[in-house]
Amino acid sequence: MRHDAALLTTAFAQTLRMAVPYACAALGGVWSERSGVVNIALEGILLAGALAGVAAHAATGSAWTGVAAGALVGAGIGAVHAGLVERGRVDAIVSGLALNLMAAGGTRFLLRGLYGSSSNSPAVAGFHAFGGAGAGALLARTLADPLAVAATALVCWTVWAMRRTRFGLRVRACGEDPASARMAGVDVARVRTAAVSLGGAIAGLGGVALAYDQHQFQSGMSAGRGYIALAAVILSGWRPARAVAACVAFAALDAAQMLAQDQARAGIYVVQSLPYVATLTALWAIGRGRGTRAAGRSGALLGRAPAGLGKPAD
Amino acid sequence: MRRRLPSIGAAMAAGWLALALLVWAYGESPRAVLAQLVAGTWAVPYGAGQVLYKATLLSLTGAAVDLALGAGCFNIGAEGQLAVGGLALAVAGAALPAGTPRWIGLPAVLLVAPAAGAIWALAPAILRARFGAHEVISTIMMNRIADALCGFALARGLAVSGTARTADVVPAARVPRLDAVGLTSFHGSAVSLAMPIALAVVALASFWRARTRVGRETMLVGMGPAACAAEGIPVARRLAGALVLSGAIAGLASVAPVLGYKGYYEAGLGAGAGFGGIAVALLGRGSPVGLALAALLVGTLEQGGLVVNARVPMELTTILQGVVIVAVALTDVRVRAAATRSGA
Repeated sequence: MRHDAALLTTAFAQTLRMAVPYACAALGGVWSERSGVVNIALEGILLAGALAGVAAHAATGSAWTGVAAGALVGAGIGAVHAGLVERGRVDAIVSGLALNLMAAGGTRFLLRGLYGSSSNSPAVAGFHAFGGAGAGALLARTLADPLAVAATALVCWTVWAMRRTRFGLRVRACGEDPASARMAGVDVARVRTAAVSLGGAIAGLGGVALAYDQHQFQSGMSAGRGYIALAAVILSGWRPARAVAACVAFAALDAAQMLAQDQARAGIYVVQSLPYVATLTALWAIGRGRGTRAAGRSGALLGRAPAGLGKPAD
Repeated sequence: MRRRLPSIGAAMAAGWLALALLVWAYGESPRAVLAQLVAGTWAVPYGAGQVLYKATLLSLTGAAVDLALGAGCFNIGAEGQLAVGGLALAVAGAALPAGTPRWIGLPAVLLVAPAAGAIWALAPAILRARFGAHEVISTIMMNRIADALCGFALARGLAVSGTARTADVVPAARVPRLDAVGLTSFHGSAVSLAMPIALAVVALASFWRARTRVGRETMLVGMGPAACAAEGIPVARRLAGALVLSGAIAGLASVAPVLGYKGYYEAGLGAGAGFGGIAVALLGRGSPVGLALAALLVGTLEQGGLVVNARVPMELTTILQGVVIVAVALTDVRVRAAATRSGA
């Protein structure tokens, strides 16, 4: 019994720990896509945020500087994405792909330039308030991690801000019907740029969490997490709380994989593909319900894309 | 082509500028790095052969992405279609009996790669055509599933035990390298007879688009689906067909690494060519000559990155690909027009 309890506690702590980067990236995706800007650059933002966090941490010795740097770089990439899409009229997919390429190449380029290594950065401390072995200490450490606390707070804030604040409502108006929002006096391009930058900052925090968790930056360490977060956004019907819930479920799969270790090597690949298969199924179900009487019911469960997603303001 | 020249010129200028700035920031001389890049690629037969090998893959993935773009779809899934095609191709090639004559063996396995690629594109095609799900999201998901599938298949007995690769393809199903058919100066490089095959397929795809009824209709669907529906063109079928054909061409690209170069499949073989194909398609849109030239350019960049890696990190060229894509997209009106259709 004691052993089972320890295993469960460990699994729970691992799940929470792994959910932080997913959740931050998914929140970034929700802010961006609810404003009407398709964002597949989440993957690149996670990666760039991770390196920025580690580099600033290593340079200044302060973990908080790293957090600020990660958020700043994430916001910067978000702003470039929004600028290209809204002002430059570049296809959002093309812009996102290009930014992902630049982040993948740029982080490796900088890694070699800064630390003379093509695989990883030197170690950084991150936030390690207290040590201690055992499952209980791990759980306490995870719950007290400032980035986990921040992610939790950001989920609550996003849910509230999208319903109750002027900014949140404007973001949603731009995402649902940009033409009407514009006629009502909203500067659609500006609101979208703000929303995508804000989302980029949150996703950048996810990158920092990813790197601090490993105590270093490793090239390509985002490893598709941005795409998984995107999958969570779609599965949730572009709703923040549900997107984060999906992220926790995906993180539980990761944790199960880790705890199962090498018992079934091939099985790992099956588990890895589950989030993507689930997303394809959801896409099918959303499409099947469209325009039928059942749409109301399945719509409440599955949600739908913002009506103005990908549409320019004019 | 002529209308696109300003856009291509802007992309090249942005590319050179980014190259110079990055190399300079790294503390090297841009001129020296550029000279080394040219000397290591086009100035020696081995380098030229490697560029041609990479361009073989890129011209096919580029043609695949371009064909889907013509129909108004964005096939981000070339990466996964190529991987699945390569795995299927290697398994089929190794399963042939050792004594198979070449005239049976090669055509038989050559069909396997496009078939596997087409099957991998089928789910996104159906989701888009019948259920209105955006193909970008579904092809991204299929890419990730392809990774998992290849890992699963290799772990579950398709790999030679103790290694991470499949068994050797029988000699009768191999595509000869160019140095084996008389062009001995390419010795050691990976360029093979897959290159002329790729060129033929790029030309055929272009012919299909411009000169066949179904091809013309598919391109018209890309220009205006509503008008096509009013004219009685089966829009959903043409869209799905374009994505499946795009997947087949991307799957065929695996012939170069699997049959022409390695003779087996391993995880990651040909990886990156699917995304490189997007850059090729944006640069060379709609013209077979443009696609071939764009494939040579991106191939030169990729091989050049390896050549100069001792001086500056080779990832420089990945950054440049991103810069070139943005520059083309910012200046090309037709790519901009794609932004007005509904998003993911």
